[in-house]
Formats: sequence, structure tokens, C-alpha cells
Amino acid sequence: MTDQRSQAEIVRQSLKRRYRKERRFRLYGMTAIAIALLSLVVLFTDIIGKGYTGFIKTTMTLEVVLDGEQMYLDDASDKDQMSMADFQAPIITALQKHFPEVEERKDLRELSRLAGSYASNQIKDLLARQPELLGTTQTMEFLVHDTVSVYVKHADNPAYSIRLSEQQQRWVDELVQKGVVDTGFNDVFFSRGDSREPSNAGILGAIVGSLLTMVVTLVIAFPMGVAAAVYLEEFAPQNKFTDFIEVNINNLAAVPSIIFGLLGLAVFIGVFGLPRSVPVLGGLVLALMTLPTIIISSRAAIKSVPPSIREAAEGIGASKMQVVLHHVVPLAMPGMMTGSIIGMAQALGETAPLLLIGMVAFIVEIPDGFFSSATVLPVQIYLWASSAEQGFVELASAGIMILLSFMITMNALAIWLRKRLERRW
Amino acid sequence: MNTMNSTVTSNNETTEAPAVPVQDERPAETIIQEGVTVGSPYADDPKFKLRDVEVFYGESRAIKKISLDIARNEVIAFIGPSGCGKSTFLRCLNRMNDSIDICSVKGELMLDDQNIYDPKRDVVELRARVGMVFQKPNPFPKSIYDNVAYGPRIHGLANRKSDLDDIVEDSLRKAGLWNEVKDRLDATATGMSGGQQQRLCIARAIAVSPEVILMDEPCSALDPIATAKVEELIAEMSESYTIVIVTHSMQQAARVSNRTAYFHLGHLVEVNETDKVFTSPDHELTESYITGRFG
Amino acid sequence: MQTANLLPLILVIAVIAYGLSYMRSRAVAEPIGGIRNLKALPFYYAARAALWCAIPALIVLALWAGFEGKVIQNYVVASLPAELAPESDGQASLILSQINNVAAGKLDPQFVPPEVVGAADLLDALKQRSASFKATLVILLAVLGAAYAWTRVQPHINARENVERTLRWIFFVCAAVAVLTTVGIVFSVIFETFRFFGKVPITEFLFGTSWSPQTALRADQVGSDGAFGIIPLFTGTLLISAIALLVAVPVGLLSAVYLSEYATRPARAVIKPLLEMLAGVPTVVYGFFAALTVAPFIRDLAERIGLEASSQSALAAGLVMGVMIIPFVSSLSDDVINAVPQTLRDGSLALGATQSETMKNVIFPAALPGIMGGILLAASRAIGETMIVVMAAGLAANLTANPLDSVTTVTVQIVTLLTGDQEFDSAKTLAAFALGMMLFIVTLALNVVALKIVRKYREQYD
Repeated sequence: MTDQRSQAEIVRQSLKRRYRKERRFRLYGMTAIAIALLSLVVLFTDIIGKGYTGFIKTTMTLEVVLDGEQMYLDDASDKDQMSMADFQAPIITALQKHFPEVEERKDLRELSRLAGSYASNQIKDLLARQPELLGTTQTMEFLVHDTVSVYVKHADNPAYSIRLSEQQQRWVDELVQKGVVDTGFNDVFFSRGDSREPSNAGILGAIVGSLLTMVVTLVIAFPMGVAAAVYLEEFAPQNKFTDFIEVNINNLAAVPSIIFGLLGLAVFIGVFGLPRSVPVLGGLVLALMTLPTIIISSRAAIKSVPPSIREAAEGIGASKMQVVLHHVVPLAMPGMMTGSIIGMAQALGETAPLLLIGMVAFIVEIPDGFFSSATVLPVQIYLWASSAEQGFVELASAGIMILLSFMITMNALAIWLRKRLERRW
Repeated sequence: MNTMNSTVTSNNETTEAPAVPVQDERPAETIIQEGVTVGSPYADDPKFKLRDVEVFYGESRAIKKISLDIARNEVIAFIGPSGCGKSTFLRCLNRMNDSIDICSVKGELMLDDQNIYDPKRDVVELRARVGMVFQKPNPFPKSIYDNVAYGPRIHGLANRKSDLDDIVEDSLRKAGLWNEVKDRLDATATGMSGGQQQRLCIARAIAVSPEVILMDEPCSALDPIATAKVEELIAEMSESYTIVIVTHSMQQAARVSNRTAYFHLGHLVEVNETDKVFTSPDHELTESYITGRFG
Repeated sequence: MQTANLLPLILVIAVIAYGLSYMRSRAVAEPIGGIRNLKALPFYYAARAALWCAIPALIVLALWAGFEGKVIQNYVVASLPAELAPESDGQASLILSQINNVAAGKLDPQFVPPEVVGAADLLDALKQRSASFKATLVILLAVLGAAYAWTRVQPHINARENVERTLRWIFFVCAAVAVLTTVGIVFSVIFETFRFFGKVPITEFLFGTSWSPQTALRADQVGSDGAFGIIPLFTGTLLISAIALLVAVPVGLLSAVYLSEYATRPARAVIKPLLEMLAGVPTVVYGFFAALTVAPFIRDLAERIGLEASSQSALAAGLVMGVMIIPFVSSLSDDVINAVPQTLRDGSLALGATQSETMKNVIFPAALPGIMGGILLAASRAIGETMIVVMAAGLAANLTANPLDSVTTVTVQIVTLLTGDQEFDSAKTLAAFALGMMLFIVTLALNVVALKIVRKYREQYD
């Protein structure tokens, strides 16, 4: 008994030290979680902070006199004349109206640089559509030049350098005060393809490209993944080859994605001669990449169907295939769909393999089919992020926000599906 | 061995002289009164003083107002049909139920006049005093030596390596395992036979010099020979420890324990001297159980 | 006829075959006392007809479409007169693109030699002939298949077995695609790699300490050879991966421990999905974050304390990659820790061990093999990660261990060598495939070992 007493005493004495250790250990854990969560918060605030201005466009509204003489144009329906005409002049004149004191040639050039590079095209397009407007005065809204846009949106932000002269800054300030230069919701961003000019660049092309690519991926990977999972779970004999297939699937799930790009380059382009940069090719490569994920989750879903269901169906004389197709697959479908959506979300965010198969091309047109050149959302973000012009940074961040919102939607859908449809056995 | 012989004879007597006759066949529930235990549940100067203990799993009540004293250096056996709450009750005694989120305990549970469930109470110290041996042998995947030395090490019971060696040897001797393993202390414990593993777990518990050892069906995963060895060990240990043992086997309870408590559907129905429980139980449910009418 | 138009056509024929066979099976069943006397349900006779119609046609179509371009191209190149016959593969691809552009009407025929125009005409003609052949063959196969199946609608034939066997084969082929993919990967890198070793000795590749793949355009230029020593790339990859693992392993592991042992249920329900969100963020986003936020921040910080840091430091890429891998490590560790049986935990707690003592002395050693497997998988992730390093690490192949320096990695070089202007068959392009092969071998080895360890570990506690 004395032994027990003294031991108990020792234990009691050691407690303080041990609890200190316990608290320290717990603190490490909390710190680890805090670091992880903090990274998440910093990442998101950084991107939102950088990107929200991407959803804002800077425009200037001008009273443009479509003076034929000034533009060297007397018939707007004449194509030859149109290709030679000077559509810049009316814009300069309209700007000059706000600053009558500007007369020198050099200053006028500086003034004209406030309008975006595509402003003259806008007048040309208008006249090409409606030649009868020649000679009238129109109120038109133009995108401002990128340097102006940066100045208006980020004048206080040290991360941006202002590339306007003192004089130009004064002009812009005045125009902003007059309400000529204004900011608004960036509809251009949602209705165009890529452009060399940040304010004129849009993400619609990339969204459509991603959509087309995802359709190809889904059409290939989902049925194949489900079929493969059904085979492996229900029909595969216990032999070496089946083991080999399983090992392959597990390893493919961990192969770096860029390797799939090499596969696409060497096999689909090199051997089968598919064209580069097209959604079909991108979809194929991503499908092969996503297939293991879909197979693994589909197998888990099939495994969770209780044997009693199978036995019940077999008991009334259904063939193995009937049991599988009539009972097991429908019951496992929610689980399979959940896994596939998560796999598709991964594929949607994948960039590396697509770089190798030429989806990095600069593409202005919005793709109109599975065989037309296209880029996808993450690649577009990559292109913008590595562009030199500072206006592209906010576009890249805005693009990230759009990509993330797609992915969050898909994951939410998967969670909803799991909650709503998945049966608990 | 003495205990074993005596119980065997008393068992024989049971069959010859029928005890309290069964009066009627009312359903079990109606005969039990909540919080009432027949026999002698109380003791003077008890090690454990337990009053109106209730255990809840979420909404459902697994233990219903149990009051019991456990005396110093006695071996008390908890018996009863499966699901009667005997293991749950046992795990309250060193707060092993804490790790189950939905489990909550009410009532007064005193160890040497200190409340076990006092929020300020230190579980670590409590468990160093109240050790436990589990149903399935659960040696750590370490060497035999490290298994036994684990407790003394974490509690800082040995200042030197030689002290630790002494504790390990002493514990293994007490567990009757020393001669079997002294040459392979560095071998991994998971390679031992089931009976050896369980005795190792007992040695591991002894190494901390606890005052009480809780045993949750310690022999249910063992073969009869290993079981006999463990039972022998329990009999020897009863000299220096208070032992609470949950068992499925009535023979085992009869062989190793001084007192026996009969649990039924979360109630403590009867507590009596073991001989009395197995010869002339006071409660008809106990009677039905030990005569094998249900179990 | 285009491949795209043939597909719906085959489908239509298959549907017709289905309908006709369905009707015929009912008609056949009529005189013998109803469909109960058929060997299979009408549905199976019909489905069999549809399969007979579609499968051979689709296989032929796929093969034809897969190889017609190559075959025609080779034929056209072979038809070129001797003086135009390409001397190198580079020339060949130039002439081919000329021919293609002329044939597509993108290039005015007057700018190219008349032989090329002739070849373009030949290309056009061949394409048309191939298309009509293809269409005829495929439609013929579809109709013949359907007709055969239609005649085989007989009560004594068990169509169900046929259909099921076919389906089973289709399922098998789908499963075998995984093997085909692996084979495809191996073949796509192995040939180019061997050709690369024909140009650059394998010893130089494996043991060279300098990497500058810019081969000169003319043979007489200075430094025309380029250097293809992989060591700076490997050290760069290892440096960045090591930084990533230094972040991810402790943070991931400790988060998993906290979540599984300490966190309350509601806290777990909130934190776990948040951690998983980190895993769902696309790598290009991490790359953006690393290049535009973390790297400048680190450079400024280093300058403030008087150190010199590259604007594309290994540290920035490594840190962000580490953050990306945190959820990967934590979810793997979580699995592994939860696989340790509760009885071990109880055994330790019952001896009076605190939770952290139980964790450190019992659970952690028991879970160690599984955790090691998880770390190996994470390492393979880090080594194969591309976008973060492409955007945030540099191109300069410095042989350095200084995390503030700029280093380059295997994946960065693959992307750089294969995007932008590339000449087929130059050592530069082939080098990318050799790098790809190294990457594949290393990650494969890591994965195989890791998966084996993890599986063994799981079996131990099953």
C-alpha cells in the first residue's frame, strides 16, 4: 500500500509538467489549423481585392460629329472608302470640345490617347451598319485607353504605376468631374474573347471553350468510368490481369497531370493527327486524366449497394447483367454522379496538360464548335497573369473568381446530390 | 486454486437445494424497482462509493439509478445478460466513457471520498490509480518491454533505467509472464499468443501500481487454458488491489470474486456475497439468470 | 461525308434495326404461342440487332478517322519530286504545312512552287476519295450487320446471352483503357527519349551540371550545342518540393491530429470542408497567388532584412505549393490515424496517459508507416506540380540550395520547351520528352512504393 501511495504522489507531482506539454501539443494543432485557414483567407482576399476592379469598365461618353469631310468619307456604303477613312479624327474633335485650349499637335496627340485603341473601330462599325448616319451627331460610349482606366481605378494603389503625363491626369480628372469619363459594370468582359488590350478583353471565349471541353470530357469519361467500375466490381475474374488493371488505375490517379499533356501531344496529335488547340483534343486528354477518379468513386458507390438487393434480384432469376443494370447501377448512380462532378470540377481547373496541346494560343473569336480553336478558363487566366500589361492582372483575378464560382457551384451540387439522393443502408 | 474448489462445491449445492421458488412469470420489468437493490450493496469505509448513478447515451438511459459500494481489496464481479449496462457502468469508474461524445454521467461517484466526475478532477491521475484491462488484448505495437514500461515512463515513476527494469520485471512476474518472456523482452508484443497478450496487458496495468484494476471481460477472447492462468492471476492480485471484473461467465464470477453484482436492463438488481448469489439469490431475476433461464 | 455526320447516321440505322428486329421477334413469337416461348425477350433481339449494326461500323469509322490523315500525308509527301523531297523532318513539316494551307485556300498558290500546288491538289483529291470510301464502307457495314442480326431473330437463339456477353466485353474494354493509357504514356515518351539520347549522350543528360537548351539556329554560331545536364533541374525540383513538404507535412499532420483528437464535432464540421477547399483551388490560382503576391512580398521582406532575393524565388513557389498540399497530407493522415484501432487508444488512456502522450507514444508510432506512405504521395504531388512553378519559379537553371534564389524545375522546362515555337526533332523538343520520362519514372516509383506501404498498413489493422 505504501508503494501505491508513493506512486500516486509521484504521478500527482508530474501532472503539472505533463499538462503543460499537453497544452503545448494542443496549441501546435491549433496553430497548424490556423495557418491553413489563414492561407485560405489570405488567398481569397488577395484575389478578390485584386480582381473586383476587373468587373468595372471605364468609359467615356462623347458627342461625336460624324463629319464626312473630316473622315475623308462621302459614302459610308463604299467599302474602299471605308477602308481608307480616318475614324480617329471625330474622336479627337469631340475630346477637343471639352478642352478648347488644347491646340498644339503634340498635346492633341496626347489628348487623343485618352480614348481606347478600338474607339475608331466602333465608329467604323456603326457607319458600316448604318451608312445613313454619316453627317449626323451621335452620342457614343467608348472604352477609355488602358492607362486611363488604370489611373481612374487604381490612382491610389501603389502596386500600379500610372503611365499618364501630368497633363493627361489633369484632363482625366476634369472629365471624371464632368461625368464624361465614368465607370460601370464591365459587360465587355462577359461578352468577348481575348484581346491584346486589357479593357477590350473578355472571358466569354474561355468560358465557351471550357464548356465545350467539359462536354467532351463528360461524354467520354462518365460512361467509360462507370462501365469500367461495373466491370471491376461485378464481372472481373480474380486474376493477374485484373490486378494489373487496378494497379494501373491507382497509379494513373497519381501521375502528374502534365504527363497527360505529353500523351496528348505524342499520341492524339502525333499519331492520330488531331488538330491542336481544339476542345475535342482538350476534352480527350482531360477525360483520360479524370477517368481514374471517376472509376474509383464509382466503385465505392457500387460497393455500398448492399448484397441483399443483389440476392433479392438473383433470387427471382435475374441474370447477373440484369441485376447489375436494373438494380445495382441505378442505386449507385447518385454516388457515381457525385464522384464524377468532383472529377469534372478538377478537370475544369486543370491547366498544365492543356498548355502542351496548344490551348495557350491567343484566340479572339468565341469558339463555335468542338473543332474550332479555343482556350479554356484556367489557361486564359494563366495567359493574362503572365502578360506584361498591368490591366491584365485584374482580369486574371476576375477570371479566377469566375472559375472558382463555377467550381464551388459544382462542388455544392455534388454535396447536395450526396445529401439528397444517396441512400443510407 | 482454493477459491475454485470451494465454488465448485457450492455450485453443486445449488442444484440440490432449490433456493427461493419462482412465484409467477411476470415480465422482468415489473419486478425491478428503480434504484432498489436487494442484498448488501453497501460496505463500511468503501473504496468506491457510488450513489444514484445514471448514464445517458444521447437521449437513452443506459444506467438507471445504481447505488453501490466497492470495498477495499475485494474482488467484485459484475454479471448479467448482454446489454445490461455492466460494461458501461465499469467504464464510469475511471471515466473511460469520456471519449464518447454523446455519453453523459449523473449521480455521485466517489473514489476515497473524492468525486470522480468533479469537473476539476484530473482524469490522468484518476486513471493512474484506477487501471483497466480490456476485453480484447490490446498490446501496443511495440516491444514487450516498452509495453510494460510505457505507463511508468509517461508518469515518470522511474528515475533510472535500472528502476524501470525493476518495475518491468516485477510487473511481468506478478502477471506470471516473466519466465515466458524474459529472454525476448525486445520482441514485439503483437507476436505473442492471445493469453500472453492479455497477461501482458495486465502487467502493463500493474506497472503503474494502481489501487484499483477494472477488468472488462478479460477472458472472453481467450481459450480455456489461458483463461485459467488469468483467473489464477486475479486471485493472487486480490491481495494488493481492488478488482472489479465484468464477466460473461458465471463460473468465472463464482471462481474469482468475493462479491457479485447482478445487472439487468440498466438496473443493479442484486449484490451479495458470491456464494450467496450462486446458492440462494435474494432476487428472482438473479435466480432465473444463474439457473440459465435467460442470458 | 464527314465523320461528324456519319455518327448520327449510324445511330439512325441502329434505331431502325432495333425497331425492325423488335417487330420481327414479336411476329416470330405469334405462331408459337407468344413471347414466352422465345428464348429471350424481344428487347434483347432488338438490342442485339442495334449492337450488330453499330459496333463494327463504329470501330471501322474510328480506325479510319484515326489514321486517314497520316496515311494521306505520307502518300502526298512521297509523291513530291526528288528536288523537293524533304531532307529533314523540319523541312517536311514546313512543306506539309504549305501544302495544307494551299489546299485549305489559306495560301495563294502563286507564292509556292508548282509542285506544291500539285501536291495540294492531290491532297484534296485523296481526301475526297477517302471520305467517300469511308462513308460507303461504314454505311454498308452498318446495314449488313443489322440485316444479319435481323435474320437471326429466331425463337431458339438466346439473344440475351449474346447481348450480355457483348456488354461485358464493352465494360472490359472500358476498364482496360486504364492500361492503354499507361501504355500510351510510356510509348509517347519512350520513342522521343531514345531519339534524344541519339543526339545527346545519356551520361551527359543524367550527370551534366549545366542546362541551357537553346540550340543555335546555325551550326557556326557560338555555343551552338546547348547543354542538357538534368542535375540543376533535379536540384531545383527537389529544393522547391522540400520547401513545400516542410510546410505541408507539419501543418497537415498536426491539423489532422487536432481535428481527429481534440476538435469538437461542430468545429470539425466547419474546419474540414474549409481545409478541403484548399485542395479544390485550381493550381493556376496558386500560381497566380505565388507569382503576384507571395514572391514580391518575400523579395521585399528579404531586402528589408538585408538579403538579396530573386523576384522568382524558390521559396515563394515552395511555400505556396506547401499550402496546396496541406489538405492532401491532412486527409491522408486523418485516414491513417483513424485506422488505428480504438482499443489501442483506450489501452493508453486507461493507463493514465494524456491525449498528447497517447498520440505521440502510441498512435503516432502505430500510424507511422501509413503517414510515411502519405508523405511519399505528397512528395510525388510536389514533384509533378506544374502551374505554380511555371508561374512563380524561374527559367534560369541555377545549381543552388539558396531558397531565395531562382531555380527551375523539370516541369517548368517541359512546358517551356513544348510551348511557343518548336521545331520537331530538335534536341530541344526531344529533351522535353526525356524530362517527361524522368518525371514519370520518379513519380511512378514514389506512387508504387507509397501505395504498397499504405495498403500493407491498412491490412495490418483490418
